[in-house]
Amino acid sequence: MQALHQKAQELLESGRAKVIIGYGSGSGEKVRPVFVRNIADAPKLVWDQRCRQNLAVYLAKPEIKKMGMPAMVATPVVVRSIVQLIAERQLKCFELITLVIENAVVSELTDNAALEAYVANHPVVFPPPVKKEIETLAAMSVEERFKFWQDELSRCFKCYACRSSCPLCYCERCITECNQPQWVDVAPHALGNFEWHINRAMHMAGRCVQCGSCNIACPVGIPIALLTIEATRFVEREFGQHAGTQCNSPAALSSFRVEDKETFIL
Amino acid sequence: MDSQFEPKILAFVCNWCTYAGADLTGTSRIKYATNVRIVRFPCTGRIDYNLLLRAFAQGADGIIVSGCHPNDCHYTSGNFHARRRWMVFRQMMEYMGIDMRRVKFSWVSAAEGAKWAEVVNSAVADVRELGPSKAFQAMAREVA
Repeated sequence: MQALHQKAQELLESGRAKVIIGYGSGSGEKVRPVFVRNIADAPKLVWDQRCRQNLAVYLAKPEIKKMGMPAMVATPVVVRSIVQLIAERQLKCFELITLVIENAVVSELTDNAALEAYVANHPVVFPPPVKKEIETLAAMSVEERFKFWQDELSRCFKCYACRSSCPLCYCERCITECNQPQWVDVAPHALGNFEWHINRAMHMAGRCVQCGSCNIACPVGIPIALLTIEATRFVEREFGQHAGTQCNSPAALSSFRVEDKETFIL
Repeated sequence: MDSQFEPKILAFVCNWCTYAGADLTGTSRIKYATNVRIVRFPCTGRIDYNLLLRAFAQGADGIIVSGCHPNDCHYTSGNFHARRRWMVFRQMMEYMGIDMRRVKFSWVSAAEGAKWAEVVNSAVADVRELGPSKAFQAMAREVA
């Protein structure tokens, strides 16, 4: 952490960064995002195993862009998000300073190759409870899965925290906000919830970097990441495209191969 | 189960191949099940999966989506994009518990009048066996 405070102070002092986006003490035992703009505030930065929220969500926001050059404390999921944002042309690698911390050493990932190499060295890892849930769901029948998701989604009241916490949900106007026609029923009843969540999963196919921030954000504890993770892993298996690994890659659902194989078209 | 149950099938088809193919079925005087209502699109690439969701929400028991064979798309690559979309959508619907035996995807060209009849007949037979669409009815029941 000492190294991180020092680095933050250096970046602010030299003017290379106008804001350091990292983690700081939150309520209770939690950490929350912090925006350090003064050298005196650098000691607020915290770095430990509690730091899981995906800070990359701030990179596409106009209010943050107005702050000037950001330096971001990046966990592996944050780096994957940055790579995916670059692939979607929302960001360039030199528009932020990506800080990674390994063995108490803070280093900068300065170009696309460095970002991609870091991602390759830090593959997606699910905590055991998530792995178990994925396996359990895969083993269920269609009817059992229907019951599972109806039960889980019955708690959803359309707060859209899942959308707000996702770095890849950067649309200025979400599909839910279109009412001519109303594609997605905005009410929090069973049908409205189903339509919202399947739309979000479809929009995340091949884009979700499997960070689990939506799970953390959901106030009623729905394992919502399972949906977007399923969509993105299907794309990995079928089309060989892995979100968050290549800075130059076509969007999975905007491209195709003539040899795409399916088993169900008559 | 109601032995008189006649499924309501909505078919989303492309103008250049399947719609023309369905015309050929008619002009060839081929008899086939009458449960299907056809909605014409310029291309399968235009078919949004939200339309399929809306069809189920409004009472369709089954859906057929059909277009030009790969490499034959009137707009060159619309059906390739559609194919990818269908693969992901089908996976997500199954994952969330919707029985995708209710949805049939096919490539039916303008010359395949007989095939269109087969696709419709098999869709109607399968959906008749599955019964009325309960899942979406259950969800829609909550709508005020």
